[in-house]
Amino acid sequence: MTTIILFAPLIGAILAGFGHRIIGDKGAQVLTTALLFLAAFLSWIVFLTHDPAVVQHVQILRWVESGTLSTDWSIRLDRLTSIMLIVITTVSSLVHLYSMGYMAHDSQFSEKESYRPRFFAYLSFFTFAMLMLVTSDNLLQMFFGWEGVGVASYLLIGFYFRKPTANAAAIKAFVVNRVGDFGFALGIFALFLLTDSIRFDEVFAAAPGLAETSITFLWQEWNAANLIAFLLFVGAMGKSAQLFLHTWLPDAMEGPTPVSALIHAATMVTAGVFLVCRMSPVMEYAPAATNFIVYIGAFTAFFAATVGLVQNDIKRVIAYSTCSQLGYMFVAAGVGAYPVAMFHLLTHAFFKAMLFLGAGSVIHGMHHEQDMRNYGGLRKKMPLTFWAMLIGTLAITGVGIPLTAIGFAGFLSKDAIIEVAFAGTDGGVAFWLLVIAALFTSFYSWRLMFMTFWGKPRGDKHTHDHAHESPKVMTIPLAVLAVGAIFSGMVFYNSFFYDHERMNSFFGLPVHHAEAEAHGGEAAGEGAATEDAAPADEQGEEAADHAMADSHAAPQGAVYFGPDNTVIDDAHHVPAWVKLSPFLAMLIGLGTAYLFYIVNPTIPGRLAANQPQLYQFLLNKWYFDEIYDFVFVRPAKSIGRFLWKRGDGATIDGAINGLSMGIVPWFTKLAGRWQSGYLFTYAFAMVLGIVAFVTLMTLTGGAN
Amino acid sequence: MNNLLSIITFLPMVAALILAVFLRGDDPAAQRNAKWLALAATSATFLISLGVLFGFDPSDTGFQFVEEADWLMGLSYKMGVDGISVLFVMLTTFLMPLTIAACWGVTTRGKEYMIAFLVLETLMIGVFVALDLVLFYLFFEAGLIPMFLIIGIWGGKARIYAAFKFFLYTFLGSVLMLVAMVFMYMEAGTTDIPTLLNHAFDSSTMRLLGITITGGAQTLLFIAFFASFAVQMPMWPVHTWLPDAHVQAPTAGSVVLAAILLKMGGYGFLRFSLPMFPAGADVMATFVLWLSAIAIVYTSLVALVQEDMKKLIAYSSVAHMGYVTAGIFAANQQGLDGAIFQMISHGFISGALFLCVGVIYDRMHTREIDAYGGLVNRMPAYALIFMFFTMANVGLPGTSGFVGEFLTLVGMFQANTWVAAVATSGVILSAAYALWLYRRVVMGDLIKESLKAITDMNRREKWIFAPLVAMTLLLGVYPSLVTDIIGPSVENLLNQYHAALPDSGSATEVAQAAAH
Repeated sequence: MTTIILFAPLIGAILAGFGHRIIGDKGAQVLTTALLFLAAFLSWIVFLTHDPAVVQHVQILRWVESGTLSTDWSIRLDRLTSIMLIVITTVSSLVHLYSMGYMAHDSQFSEKESYRPRFFAYLSFFTFAMLMLVTSDNLLQMFFGWEGVGVASYLLIGFYFRKPTANAAAIKAFVVNRVGDFGFALGIFALFLLTDSIRFDEVFAAAPGLAETSITFLWQEWNAANLIAFLLFVGAMGKSAQLFLHTWLPDAMEGPTPVSALIHAATMVTAGVFLVCRMSPVMEYAPAATNFIVYIGAFTAFFAATVGLVQNDIKRVIAYSTCSQLGYMFVAAGVGAYPVAMFHLLTHAFFKAMLFLGAGSVIHGMHHEQDMRNYGGLRKKMPLTFWAMLIGTLAITGVGIPLTAIGFAGFLSKDAIIEVAFAGTDGGVAFWLLVIAALFTSFYSWRLMFMTFWGKPRGDKHTHDHAHESPKVMTIPLAVLAVGAIFSGMVFYNSFFYDHERMNSFFGLPVHHAEAEAHGGEAAGEGAATEDAAPADEQGEEAADHAMADSHAAPQGAVYFGPDNTVIDDAHHVPAWVKLSPFLAMLIGLGTAYLFYIVNPTIPGRLAANQPQLYQFLLNKWYFDEIYDFVFVRPAKSIGRFLWKRGDGATIDGAINGLSMGIVPWFTKLAGRWQSGYLFTYAFAMVLGIVAFVTLMTLTGGAN
Repeated sequence: MNNLLSIITFLPMVAALILAVFLRGDDPAAQRNAKWLALAATSATFLISLGVLFGFDPSDTGFQFVEEADWLMGLSYKMGVDGISVLFVMLTTFLMPLTIAACWGVTTRGKEYMIAFLVLETLMIGVFVALDLVLFYLFFEAGLIPMFLIIGIWGGKARIYAAFKFFLYTFLGSVLMLVAMVFMYMEAGTTDIPTLLNHAFDSSTMRLLGITITGGAQTLLFIAFFASFAVQMPMWPVHTWLPDAHVQAPTAGSVVLAAILLKMGGYGFLRFSLPMFPAGADVMATFVLWLSAIAIVYTSLVALVQEDMKKLIAYSSVAHMGYVTAGIFAANQQGLDGAIFQMISHGFISGALFLCVGVIYDRMHTREIDAYGGLVNRMPAYALIFMFFTMANVGLPGTSGFVGEFLTLVGMFQANTWVAAVATSGVILSAAYALWLYRRVVMGDLIKESLKAITDMNRREKWIFAPLVAMTLLLGVYPSLVTDIIGPSVENLLNQYHAALPDSGSATEVAQAAAH
């Protein structure tokens, strides 16, 4: 079944891409969409029925094999995979459907041009690559998916190939991602060097040993687990647009909006989080690296939220919001609460895809106007879109009833992250950054809502007069995602976070794990959970011993908790004020936004005028692009030019010409006069050489 | 059939002779006949060479299809293939019909052009199958003559300069190799390659002109061969002939140069340098690894600022050959497998990229990147093919370009993490220059007046690309097709290489000396 899920999008992509002359424009769209819905349907069946305690393997074909290195094209199905399956196929099928409306007319292309099959082929190809990434059972196939989604992203960002900005953004996305892939690749090399394998099962089994190994890498010795975890995370930073490698994501908004929803919000950018969770057996032994992950995640969440505060392009606001939410997920993964990271990944996929598709609906209705300063009062003209966006906003800002498990999706998953962040860092910087980011999130999300749907229409009157609600193919996906944005948090809260036993069985974790956590909890004086009274203490200890003694079996379950990892239990016992803090932050953000954009809309302008430096700093995204251009792009080009003209030209050719005493020009002159002269010279020299060789051998041969 | 190798080696030469002797005149009809004959001969060669591939037993690490006969003056004529050489033969026979098809449009001296390519094919196959030093040297050196003529006669404006640069570099390198070969003969008493592979050349430390040479004679021999192969690869810093040669060569010439001729250097390292002079190779390995790493970054940076399409791709070729040399001198299974794989794969990919340039050069007669832009508007099929090979060139997983790069880097990482890290940064730069080229040529709106009437690829051009696309994908998805064949021979080579190092006393000294 997983095989069908995996290949349905590929078949769709090939047929739409190469066969659209036969099946027609419409046929290509319907076919790819139908195949995606099939994949989504099957994914939900798999998700609901597979046994999480058993990891299924399906071998498809041999792949790279050399000496002891051996990898296959194959499928690994466990809980992490099945979560990603439903996220990817559900969002992708809805985005396919939505695109049938969104891409129906496009001012970038003439009516005669058949651009739609190309778009759908790219979307389906992307889905295939993404599925390859999450179903992989080794790091190399994951890398295939990793780069495959990169290409799909490149193609889709540059879909409007006539726009120079789109082309530039596409290249930037690919190249910046390659910087991350540089780290990822080195991580794979190091893993192979140390564990002699890049299959997950074997790597996981060897993980405890890595913690006690050191490796000489570049200038010094490193702890192997930390180094590998760090290198792999560099890959994750690229794909998931974390601080320092985030610059491509806002620019990626040049692509059509459905692309932003699918790739740059719900699926591809979460691949980094998935990677960290997938590698949890290694991460658990890499305290320094996970610490780094927590800080990068927290600073990204904070940084992106600050930039989001002042952006005016509706898609860029949501893009920075995505960047920020990914930071949250990394904090959760970094402190060791992998299920919580996956939880937010899941809920975020629904509400963020919806926000993007909603924004797309607004852009579509407003004739491709993206500047929010030209929106206003659209509530009446686009009621369905308005309600969808409102639900999305309630979800992302985390509205719910405090201290209960009732609320929109983001309320449950984001608050869970803030709780584990508090537990995991003892209320450290990361926790506070996330709370502040939650405040900003609320502010910029409501700012977007107020500027778009409230107030009086601004900007071009003609555009506003013709603003219209989007067709059904676009609003139905919004409705489905709205269901996810409302309920996915409540439905999955217990399985991902709250109920420890449910979580263990959901992720197929062995029973003893809860045991270890309970002990850890008690030791920490938290008065740990009582639910796992005593299902055989011996067994627990045995299991712990087993883990200590470098066992050669991979740990059971989709994620792995080290013996001292009690963060999820600890998170259940954080003080009430911690649990309330994101809610308060949300209220403050909402209140401020209301004050700034409804009560007194002159405040933002005055504030910007009072604090011009701060405003410019945020508006220009902390000047990352300018700095990178100055530090990397320009020097690379000037060094290249220097090496070419000075290195190749003056030095190497100069030296060689000097060495041969200007022989080339001399030959050139000679040859110019007499065409066949040079051939003889050369052939003669060679014949002389051979004759000398042969003579020598005959002489010495005769001596023998 | 036990003289299969001779047949595939000399079949093109026979066709060339027929052309030279029987075909008269240079009118269009004669040219057409010449082209058809050349196409038929190269295709037949390919079909016959399939017999070698299917008859080849990968588990046997010795030479197969061996032919031996006495030749003039007591020399012997000996041919054979093993897992290391057989795929180079296949690469050559596979690409030559496509090359001939790619120069279908040539009008000046069509007959001679075909003769040059046919002779070239014979000589190239000869290099890969020769099992005798003299024979190898003959093929290796003579192979440069037709290439020299192809550049010098059918090339661009500065063809004479480029042809001589090509000649000087390769000639100076091979003079040293010749001296080394004479020395080898004198010491070992034979020119038989299989025997030489089992001969241990002296590797005791010697002093020469006041300089202590670890590895002794082996190191000197290694350096002499290295001079020739490094130029042929080409390695930094003796690579500057290649961009000029490529720029001036006609399309088909560039294809053969990049796809096959460059591989002779890599093949030479595998056939001579590593197995015959292990102590010397061990002494020099770190040096070569660093040259390779520098080459990758250096030439990638230079590629970034090129204004001529062919030059850009030529620099990219040098960078990709850097992975090959680094893989070879990492001296482990992944490194060597990867190096051979990379050479085969680069044969398809770089060949295709030069053909891509050729397609638009034929239409616009310029290689200037700035002369293009927005081709996708009128040439969608071309845009697709060019995109595919651009991605293959940057080593996208799923294409053959990835497997070679990945394996060589895995090999390098085991040998030297610094080199691996520097070389891996090449994947960032390659993405930058390749996509930047693609963007400037293909993407954007079509605004240049001169391009308004440009036509998409015709049927012939598409058919030339089809086999290349198929091979690039096939080897990318199922690389075992290659690694199964080369694996056992590579393993055997490495076992002998490593066995030669610590066992002999002198080699141990070498290792110690190298450590200090």
